[in-house]
Amino acid sequence: MAIAQTYVPIATQTLGSAASSVTFNSISQGFTDLVLIANFALSATGDATRIQVGNGSIDTGTNYSTTYLIGTGSIASTGRESNASSTRFAGAAVGPSTDFATGIINFQNYSNTTTYKTWIDRYSGVTSSEVNAMVGLWRSTSAINTIKLFNVVGSNFVVGSTFTIYGISAA
Amino acid sequence: MSSSIGIYASQISGHLAPPNSYYSIATVPLQTSSVGTFTNIPQTYTHLQVRVMTHDSGATSPIDIALRVGSSTSAVDTGNNYAYHRLYGNGTGAYSDNGTTTSFISCAFCPGSGISSSIMGVAVIDILDYANTNKYKTVRALGGYDANGSGNANFHSGLWMNTAAIQSLSVFAGSGGTTANNTFALYGVK
Repeated sequence: MAIAQTYVPIATQTLGSAASSVTFNSISQGFTDLVLIANFALSATGDATRIQVGNGSIDTGTNYSTTYLIGTGSIASTGRESNASSTRFAGAAVGPSTDFATGIINFQNYSNTTTYKTWIDRYSGVTSSEVNAMVGLWRSTSAINTIKLFNVVGSNFVVGSTFTIYGISAA
Repeated sequence: MSSSIGIYASQISGHLAPPNSYYSIATVPLQTSSVGTFTNIPQTYTHLQVRVMTHDSGATSPIDIALRVGSSTSAVDTGNNYAYHRLYGNGTGAYSDNGTTTSFISCAFCPGSGISSSIMGVAVIDILDYANTNKYKTVRALGGYDANGSGNANFHSGLWMNTAAIQSLSVFAGSGGTTANNTFALYGVK
């Protein structure tokens, strides 16, 4: 077995000022999988954070869908979004700004040009949110080289929110 | 690689320390097989992680992404020495169930023959303290698939009822059917 160290940080954004979106562009195609780890809070409650991807530019078409599973502390529920213009990442209960939530998104075989792209994430809030497993689909065989996280109703990611992309290379 | 934020990219600062503890051990790359087998697994790591992308052509959806492990360097345990718990949502209902004395661990669900082969099921499977010889081995997994109108999101856990160190493992779609573009990659965590 050829053994090689991997799980390499590709890029990090630590917000020095509030931002309504975070985008990673020109992502290297030299890895097998990507892992995006986000630790963030929003400037307002009631917003929801979403994911878009693309090749060269962000795809804003209705080429996304999501299946998700949520535990709120009192109930477990599930839902689906089809033919959407983004996938779900974090639910609508994120916030306030002291409530930093964590999401880890795994983009599997993001650079292959044969299959549609599927990603899975785990997300959990702290005091006002949920635990969430989400599977997202981008119906494109294009490689992913740009990823955007944004908030639906315009609240900001607060100062101190961190977003890091790691690359994992299979031997 | 470049990155930007919505407002002031110039105010981005800070980095996370590189994780120096994650190693690629072996991979079964894009192929026409729904079984990934790894033998002679080094015993020098603390944990293992298997990253899977698969689609099963031999069954209707959903079908298990299944795991077997073994104490032999060359063969996995096919006996009824496994158990698992599943928590999953299919978009219309949230469910939990379990399997006892099973012949595999259910790690997630993948799509089957009724869904386009362009749509893949994925899973990230963590096998904890795999080289320890004093306790049964525990597995956790996150996975699922979405097919724009159907799908599953999965949290699963599993048990191999054996105290032996794990020296081989196989991951496969439950029906054993085959399709193209499956990948199976094994990593070690120090």
